[in-house]
Amino acid sequence: MPKPAEVTLPSDREVRVTRTFNAPRQLVWDAHTSPELVRKWQGYEGWDMPVCEMDVRVGGKYKWQWKNREDGNQFGFLGTFTDVDNPSKLVHEQYFDPGDMDFAMPTGDPCIVSLELSEQNGVTTLVCTLKFASKQAREEAVSTGMTDGMEHSYTRLDEMFKAAA
Amino acid sequence: MHISERLNLTFAALADPTRRAILARLATGEATVTELAGPFEMSQPAISKHLKVLERAGLISVDVDAQRRPRKLEPKRLAEAVDWIERYREIFEQNYQRLDALLGELQAKPSGRKQTKK
Repeated sequence: MPKPAEVTLPSDREVRVTRTFNAPRQLVWDAHTSPELVRKWQGYEGWDMPVCEMDVRVGGKYKWQWKNREDGNQFGFLGTFTDVDNPSKLVHEQYFDPGDMDFAMPTGDPCIVSLELSEQNGVTTLVCTLKFASKQAREEAVSTGMTDGMEHSYTRLDEMFKAAA
Repeated sequence: MHISERLNLTFAALADPTRRAILARLATGEATVTELAGPFEMSQPAISKHLKVLERAGLISVDVDAQRRPRKLEPKRLAEAVDWIERYREIFEQNYQRLDALLGELQAKPSGRKQTKK
């Protein structure tokens, strides 16, 4: 089992997550860029992902949306890819979608999400840096409703991993 | 004070190694300014300046009634900062554990999926 994700704060607007995976870099890249694979792991327990559309090329757009299985609430993220370098670097500008946005781009400053992958001896190190528009945006990103929904479901998630192991 | 303003003060206070060392010392029990200045090659006024930053961030408090005016740690504010980072970590970690399982699956049956090539 790889070491748990590490979180650091490189500046007052950024959050950086570092994690290793026991898999070649190309496979980790595929898991981040192929919609059929993305929807298998990216999300929140108790939430389905009815929308996962990704046009992975510079200037291409993406839209992710989750729907709560119990109350039907929806939220998501949408954005534009600004740097695509298979299989080492993926950068996109991301906007939070509280649930009522179609493909319309919101105004305001996006969060810049930068994913970097490196491989050594078959182990891939992932560094994901989120650069928010402001300090406040960084802190508020964790206080959105989605995190509450997740926390109720941790035990179910643990069971799923046990079943999968 | 809004939680994000409070976190700003806390993280700014924690950004300095001397202040982190002071917090580590106070984690073992209260101490006076003289006692805190002891292990550092720093004047007492310089230490006092650091203590003020920690105080403003709510990370330490002063017992004004005691003559020695000892400083003590306020663990609640520190916990708040750690909790915030921990929530970020949990969000990612839950996703990445699912990704571990998926990567394992994909490697177990490599013929099942064609990898994309550049």
